[in-house]
Amino acid sequence: MEMRASGGNALRLLLITLLVPTLNIAVQWVIFLFFRDADLHPIVKAILAVAWGALGIYFIYYSLNWVVEQYPDRWKRRILPFVFIGPAVLLLGWLLVFPTLRTLYLSFFDAGSANFVGLANYAAVFTDRLLVMALRNNLLWVFFGTLACVGMGLLIAILADRSSFEKLAKGLIFMPMAISFVAAGVIWKFIYYYQPGQEQIGLLNAIVVSLGGEPQAWLSMVQPWNNLFLIVILIWMQTGFAMVIFSAAIKSIPDDILEAARVDGAGEVRIFFSIMIPYISGTLLSVTTTIIVFTLKIFDVVMIMTGGQYETDVVATQFYRQLFMYQNAGYGSTLAIVLLVAVIPVIVINLRQFRREGGF
Amino acid sequence: MRGRKGMRRSKWLVNTVLAIICVIWTIPTLGLLVSSFRPAADILATGWWNVLPHRDWQTTEQLQLPKDTDLRQPIEVSGATYTDDQLRAGVVADGERLIWENRRARTINVQEKSWTFISRFTTQNYETVLGGKTYSITMPDGSTKTEKGSGMSRSFWNTVAVTVPATVIPIFIASFAAYAFAWLRFPGRKTLFVVIIALLVVPLQVALIPILRDYTSLGLNGTYFGIWLAHTAFGLPLITYFMYTSISQLPKDLFESAFMDGATNFTIFSRLILPLSVPALASISIFQFLWVWNDYLVSLIFLGSQPEVQVLSMNIANLVGSKGNDWHLLTAAAFVSMLMPLAVFFALQKYFVRGLLGGSVKG
Repeated sequence: MEMRASGGNALRLLLITLLVPTLNIAVQWVIFLFFRDADLHPIVKAILAVAWGALGIYFIYYSLNWVVEQYPDRWKRRILPFVFIGPAVLLLGWLLVFPTLRTLYLSFFDAGSANFVGLANYAAVFTDRLLVMALRNNLLWVFFGTLACVGMGLLIAILADRSSFEKLAKGLIFMPMAISFVAAGVIWKFIYYYQPGQEQIGLLNAIVVSLGGEPQAWLSMVQPWNNLFLIVILIWMQTGFAMVIFSAAIKSIPDDILEAARVDGAGEVRIFFSIMIPYISGTLLSVTTTIIVFTLKIFDVVMIMTGGQYETDVVATQFYRQLFMYQNAGYGSTLAIVLLVAVIPVIVINLRQFRREGGF
Repeated sequence: MRGRKGMRRSKWLVNTVLAIICVIWTIPTLGLLVSSFRPAADILATGWWNVLPHRDWQTTEQLQLPKDTDLRQPIEVSGATYTDDQLRAGVVADGERLIWENRRARTINVQEKSWTFISRFTTQNYETVLGGKTYSITMPDGSTKTEKGSGMSRSFWNTVAVTVPATVIPIFIASFAAYAFAWLRFPGRKTLFVVIIALLVVPLQVALIPILRDYTSLGLNGTYFGIWLAHTAFGLPLITYFMYTSISQLPKDLFESAFMDGATNFTIFSRLILPLSVPALASISIFQFLWVWNDYLVSLIFLGSQPEVQVLSMNIANLVGSKGNDWHLLTAAAFVSMLMPLAVFFALQKYFVRGLLGGSVKG
């Protein structure tokens, strides 16, 4: 009698274990088809899409958890963690880990991904004129962009710490971080705008003219300096990030250390180099690596401002152009792998840091 | 030791330098904001800073020359002679400037320098970019031109439909995962978490080509669902890591007493952990929200520029490409896209900063 009951139970468990996930996929797919084909007012569609996105995900977890609850305790404890991490692992596997391996694989094939070409794509990255230029420009971005963001961020953090309007100043400097690179691109395109002959409505050219200079088409004519004019936009946007983090680090320096140094007669410059810099060196390193990683992948600004013309291409824009304009998946994949290789040191640093902080 | 006077002087210096930096940092946005409210003709004719008080030539008097004046000969105006070219550029004598008002009608403006500012503002630019109808505007040379609206209000709602689920879904998934990593024991836990940390800085370009191929075969290109999944996957490493650091710091007794009362992990998570993690959730939500709202690359590749789905950043990028010199439209469009981020930023700055301090590396 008891045997049969547990046998029936096992069958039921098997059934719901198979049925509930299948049903979930089916329900979500039907909703997906509805959204793809329905012609709704944009506002209604937005509200429904938001409701589906939020409730759908809750429903998936709720139903899967319900299935696990039907299992005996011993099994429950083993299965539940996989239900909790399952969606994350599946998505990361499907959309990040596995694609990375596939991109690596594609980077050894030609433009149409049909013929194996060995390391030819990698050789091209360092010989093809376009690709070499993209690499050179990316180095310019990483070097000047990071240096200026970190330098300005540190300077402003220290100034703000001693000023009478710290909050206001930090808010103003930080604000550009909230807006998109596309909007920032419009802002700065307007500043660099050049009208031949007539009155200059671009701020930079107006300043140049009022100082007695000749107006310039900053983004196209003055190569390779036009890259620096683009980098200015990154500095404008990311200095706030560096500043906020440095500001928090500076405030965490104990007052008595600074006080003791002042009593001993140390000047502000001496205090900066002998106390502040060593004290915030960890923060300095992590901000620098974050901005380097960010700058390596820079894409939006260049795309909006010049579309990569006038020798301003960077690796990410060249990646896009190889993929969609030249239909060369081989070069595209190789450029992506170059970016990945460039961040490997940062991955190593992060993992070491994690282990040092106790790991698990 | 320096005296109090020295301290005060250095404070004054600090304030001045910082104020100059702040002004430089604010001017670009200010220029955009001011320009977006100026009529199209004005934007192209004068710099936006002319809305500030400045000294400029103002017409005080108009002279009418004889209708048959020969422009090829030196022209006599109030006792002196000038060439046509001089009058076209404007010629200055005794603090007065002579310049053609209407060359064909032979009228000349006599101008003097005085304080002035331009105060012609309009909301026409916003009406044009937000709507989808056709509008007619006046150009600097007096001609009129019709232009089609840019449909920004539709893009705005599309952006909402992309951004809100692309924020909620990954935070949900990541919080469940973070809870499991922090408080449940299972085989492969450590390996999986190390993979997530490694994925923190992986550039997303590395995943784009294969995902694009999968999406094409599944019909997910150009759909909200597809871009939600993409943003979810790209955001997951950071959000999981961030939520893990927050959830793992909750006191252990909390869980033990809840288990004693017979609560399941699901109840503990939704009734206990989520409410306790609200500050962390707020920080990382703002982060992910702004990231998705401002994103251009992912929507460029997976969503495209069909008007039914295109987001604000795509819309503006298209405007920049097709109407690169129509500053009245570009400035208004850019400001429309900035409204939401700026509102979030100013209302929730505290949480935003906390999110930044918690972890800021992202692929």
